[in-house]
Amino acid sequence: MAAEREAHVSVRNLTMAFGDFVVMRDLTFAVRRSDIFFIMGGSGCGKSTLFRHLIGLEEPAAGEVWYGDVNFTAAADDVRDALRLRFGITFQGSALWSSMTLAENVGLPLGQFTDLSPAEIREVAALKLALVGLRGFEDHFPSEISGGMQKRAALARAIALDPDILFFDEPSAGLDPISSRLLDDLILSLRDSLGATVVMVSHELPSIFAIADDCIFLDTEVRTMTAHGNPRELRDHPPNANVHRFLTRGSAAGVDGAQP
Amino acid sequence: MPGAVRAGAARGRGVGPVSASPAAAAAAAAPARIAVQRGAGDVLLVRLAGRWNLRAGLPSTQAVEQALAATPAPQALEFDASGLTAWDSSVVAVVSRIQALCQRREVAVRGGALPPGLQRLLALATAVPEKADARAAAAPPFLARVGAAALGAWAGTRASVAFLGEATLSFGRMLRGTAVYRGRDLALVIQDTGAQALPIVTLINFLVGLIIAFVGAVQLQKFGAAIYVADLVAIATVRELACIMTGIIMAGRTGSGFAAQLGTMRVNQEIEALSTMGVPPMDFLVLPRMMALSLMMPLLCVYADLIGMLGGATVAVGMLGQAPMQYWVETRQAIGLGDVALGIGKSVLFGLLVALAGCMRGMTCGRDAAAVGEAATSAVVLGIVWIITLDGIFAVVTNILGI
Repeated sequence: MAAEREAHVSVRNLTMAFGDFVVMRDLTFAVRRSDIFFIMGGSGCGKSTLFRHLIGLEEPAAGEVWYGDVNFTAAADDVRDALRLRFGITFQGSALWSSMTLAENVGLPLGQFTDLSPAEIREVAALKLALVGLRGFEDHFPSEISGGMQKRAALARAIALDPDILFFDEPSAGLDPISSRLLDDLILSLRDSLGATVVMVSHELPSIFAIADDCIFLDTEVRTMTAHGNPRELRDHPPNANVHRFLTRGSAAGVDGAQP
Repeated sequence: MPGAVRAGAARGRGVGPVSASPAAAAAAAAPARIAVQRGAGDVLLVRLAGRWNLRAGLPSTQAVEQALAATPAPQALEFDASGLTAWDSSVVAVVSRIQALCQRREVAVRGGALPPGLQRLLALATAVPEKADARAAAAPPFLARVGAAALGAWAGTRASVAFLGEATLSFGRMLRGTAVYRGRDLALVIQDTGAQALPIVTLINFLVGLIIAFVGAVQLQKFGAAIYVADLVAIATVRELACIMTGIIMAGRTGSGFAAQLGTMRVNQEIEALSTMGVPPMDFLVLPRMMALSLMMPLLCVYADLIGMLGGATVAVGMLGQAPMQYWVETRQAIGLGDVALGIGKSVLFGLLVALAGCMRGMTCGRDAAAVGEAATSAVVLGIVWIITLDGIFAVVTNILGI
């Protein structure tokens, strides 16, 4: 699949606020199609809030979110629902439905939005679980598998309908470095084979440097984004001290900062 | 999808007319197809063509199955994806199904002509082999299930007794002043189980008093004994109904709340956090709740006594035309301090039982959302069962003792 480079998601002058408390203001950036895009920033800076704005769980105080040439912020509910069908989302916890088996978790959106027969739904659900390395776990309940497996099962549910765009909120939080690396590889190969755009919230530096094509940095101090670009370039040529500190895990400027 | 078409033809299904994206709608033009051709040298050529879309369903692989079963059996199967205009995981599903079919018949599969992305996905799907112990064992036989249920019931009873014992020990620690809990928590639970329960206690007990008086009046009037409505209402309310109704209200309102709250704390591992910090959850969580309910229940019961008799008086004065003073005098003659004390004493025990049921179900809750719901439900059921059973025992015992 040819990677078209037009903007898939555009955020225009977005201001996020809870009442009078402004979380972030004047965010403007675009996510190119088939990119792996990271939203980075320190804890509590509003990464997850931005994530919730992108998928329409929160309404912007000002500004707009566009998907292609559709204004998502101003769209009617049915347009939003239709767009959301092209989203695959995982939340910070695995958010698997605890009363359903893994196959039922993955199969629920398939049953709702496709014409597949129950046997085919199970077949496709088993395939999606196999894609994330959970072959044979169809009849397990979420409580019977480990945290890392739950994260992967959530990923399988997110890709159930072959989404155009995948949103992951801290997918590797709480995973060991090897599982986290495997999850990165998985996301990369899913992107490469399905051609989906991936938007991730994370502050896992190894993941960011390994798979990110593009990223933005949200700065708590000035309450807006202070950097946008490829994270490896941002690390080598940091536009400001906070980005440098973040990408080098707080090393003093000029000591460890220039490592390749 | 309303009006979705399911045309299960051998060459692929129709596409549902209602679709979210324009791309899916366009797929209707050239639906997914599978064509099978027996090539030279016993090679089966499977052509995949058209726009494949998961939302439209999977085309049938029956033709491939038939061709594989034909004699002489084909030696190899080759894919041709040159006619494929768009694809998604529906192709992956169908190709893996065909691969599985071939594996069973020991036919070699040549997938080299498939799009590179598709090949990567297929490799990914088979990258992690199935764990030998992944699949759950088959359901145990009937007798084993009966045995397991009986053992489970026995274990549940033991756990209940153990919980009761722990609660008693915790109560002992409180009397000695060594229990760790926050007065603020106790005050909050007292507020929730006391003052905030007043509206529903008022409503239910007033209506129950009213109903008893009304039903009683209809019968007693036949004998010209309507004056005894006051006796009926007073005895029924003070000895039984006030404490039972209040107990049941508290089981539904507070017992379930305790179970849900403690259950959610267990799901969030808050209870483990307490015990690893050396704070016994029994003292910190269960004790304040049991104390609050057993302190508030008698107060609510006294209040319910008054409200119930007020309900009776409303019928007597409003419907039967009795004088309020007459009702009051009759009520005072009907009941003594012993009757009131019996009701209040029972209400203390009911409060303890409701708190015990709620806390026990919450503390032993499972670790997911469904388990919290089950804990809340079973806390209410258990609370009500205990209340009614205990009240039955009291009725027999007080009858024998002549109280």
